[in-house]
Order: sequence, then C-alpha cells, then structure tokens
Amino acid sequence: MIDAFCQWLHDTAWAETIRANELLFPTFESLHVLAITLVLGSIAVVDLRLLGFTSRNRPVTQLIREVLPVTWTAFAVAVVSGGTLFASNAVEYAHNFPFQMKMLLMLLAGLNMVVFHLVTYRGIGQWDAALRPPPAARAAGAISISLWIGIVAFGRWIGFTIGF
Amino acid sequence: MLAQLHAFAEWLATTAMSNTIQNVTWIIPTVQTVHIVCVALVISAVFLVDLRILGVFARAQPIAALSQRFLPWIWYVILVLLVTGSLLIIGEPTRSVTNPAFALKMAMLITVSVLTLLIERPLRRDPLYWDASGGRRAAVVTLAIVSLVLWSAIVFAGRWIAYISSI
Repeated sequence: MIDAFCQWLHDTAWAETIRANELLFPTFESLHVLAITLVLGSIAVVDLRLLGFTSRNRPVTQLIREVLPVTWTAFAVAVVSGGTLFASNAVEYAHNFPFQMKMLLMLLAGLNMVVFHLVTYRGIGQWDAALRPPPAARAAGAISISLWIGIVAFGRWIGFTIGF
Repeated sequence: MLAQLHAFAEWLATTAMSNTIQNVTWIIPTVQTVHIVCVALVISAVFLVDLRILGVFARAQPIAALSQRFLPWIWYVILVLLVTGSLLIIGEPTRSVTNPAFALKMAMLITVSVLTLLIERPLRRDPLYWDASGGRRAAVVTLAIVSLVLWSAIVFAGRWIAYISSI
C-alpha cells in the first residue's frame, strides 16, 4: 500500500516537473536545508534553556512562546520542500534506510514533545524561572537536541545512498 | 590566478590528509553533518536577532538584550565552521577551490560578518543606539533584511557547490 502511494506520488505532474528540470531539485534541497537549520537552531534555543545552559535569565514559558512560531514556520517549509524532494523519487526514498531512520527519529522527537507538553509542562509554574529545570525537563531537552542532530545526520546520509 | 588555484587544488588532492578523507567513507558525511549543525546555530542566532529588529520576533524584548544573548558566541561556531569547511575542501579540492558557488559563498560570508558586527557593536556602548532616531531605525532594518537575504543565499550557495562545475 505504501509502495502504491509512493508510485502514485512519483507519477504526479509535480514530481515529473522536479525530475524534468535539473535546477528545481537543488533549489528545493537548498530551501530544505535552510528550513532545517532554522528548525534545529530554534529548537536548540529551547532545549539548551531546558538543560539550564543558556538564556538562564529568561522564564521557559516566555522563551517557548517567542521561539515556537519561528520553529513551526520553518518546520512547515521543511515539510513542503522535503515532501517535494521525496515525491520526485518516492519509491526509492521509502526503501532507503537513512530516510526511514530520519522519519523514525522525527516521530520520536514528536513523541518527546507531546510527553513534555502533557506531563512535564503541567508543573512548569514551579520551575519556570529556575536556573536549572527539574530532571524530567532536562531530559526532554537532551533527548530533543540529540534526536534533531540525528535527523540532520540521517538526512545528509540519504544524499550519499541515493543516486540520480 | 586561476592556474595557481588549479595547481593548489591538484597538489591538495595528493596530500595524505586528502587521501584519508577521500578513502574513509564516513568522514565526509560526518563532517558535513557537524557543518550543518553549526550552520543551524549561527543562522538561527542571527535570524532571531534580525527578526526582532524587523518586529516579528520577541517584540517585548529590547534589541540589545537579544543581540547580547545570541551574537557574541557565533564567532566561535564560525571558527568550527572554518575547520569543518576546510576539511571538506581538503577532501574534495578540485570540486570546491575553483567553484564559483564556493567563491560567492565566501564573499557573502565576509560581507554578512561585517554587517553583523555593524549591528552588534554600537549596542555594546548604547543599548538604545538603533532606537535613537528614525534614520537609525531605517538603517538597522535595512541591515537586518540584507543579513537575512545573505545568510539564506549562503545556504543556497553551499548546497549548489555540489551542482555547479568548477571552472
């Protein structure tokens, strides 16, 4: 079923356009890298605060409120540009190990975020301004930054394993 | 000049270090990953300050506070970028040394570094420097827009090194 979907994606006019014009793939790839650097960097601002390393004079809630719109905007650009790259060669990407790992790590990063918001964040009133947030919050920060660095690593690895 | 650069690139390709980087398959992807993570830190720090100047990000905070929080340490990360970037050049010298995309990237990097200092330096002595007059406001907004465009273009040029042929 996944293969059928990928084949359909591969056969769309949009994917055909990307394959037919040799300037389009690198353009979307550059846009994807730019978006990912902003996703990773803006998430790092929050993660490093959760770890108690940086922005220690800023309450966590304020920092999150300020940074999150930047993260989500960049993430939306990354998904659209990444989806375009994926569509151009969908079946092969879907079977590519680094690509599968990248998707898995993104899923884990999402779960980490959900757990943080549903559990750890509920008690934030007690440690919002703490120089060193509690262990659960520090763990969320450490897991998040590690996963996102892994996502970049596997993303870069895709380029060395798929030939055009 | 071009002949010298070609000779330099060809000599570099014969060095032991270059051969190691070429032959050990994990080195280039790993160094590239470190390079991208460092680019993420620098570009996000600069973008957040630029977006604050444009009034899009963290409006409740003074420009000077964000500038002090995000800009002073980017130079250390840029040093790491120079090291990882050099390793990538040593590994594939004929691809990058005479590549127009690489030359453009370096020219833009130098320009945007100067622009970043132009934004940051006056704030060290006077936190309200850029808010002091309408003229200064307009000047710093212009600097921020040029900075956003140049950093984006640096990422594009970096990726295009892989697609544009050396001359």
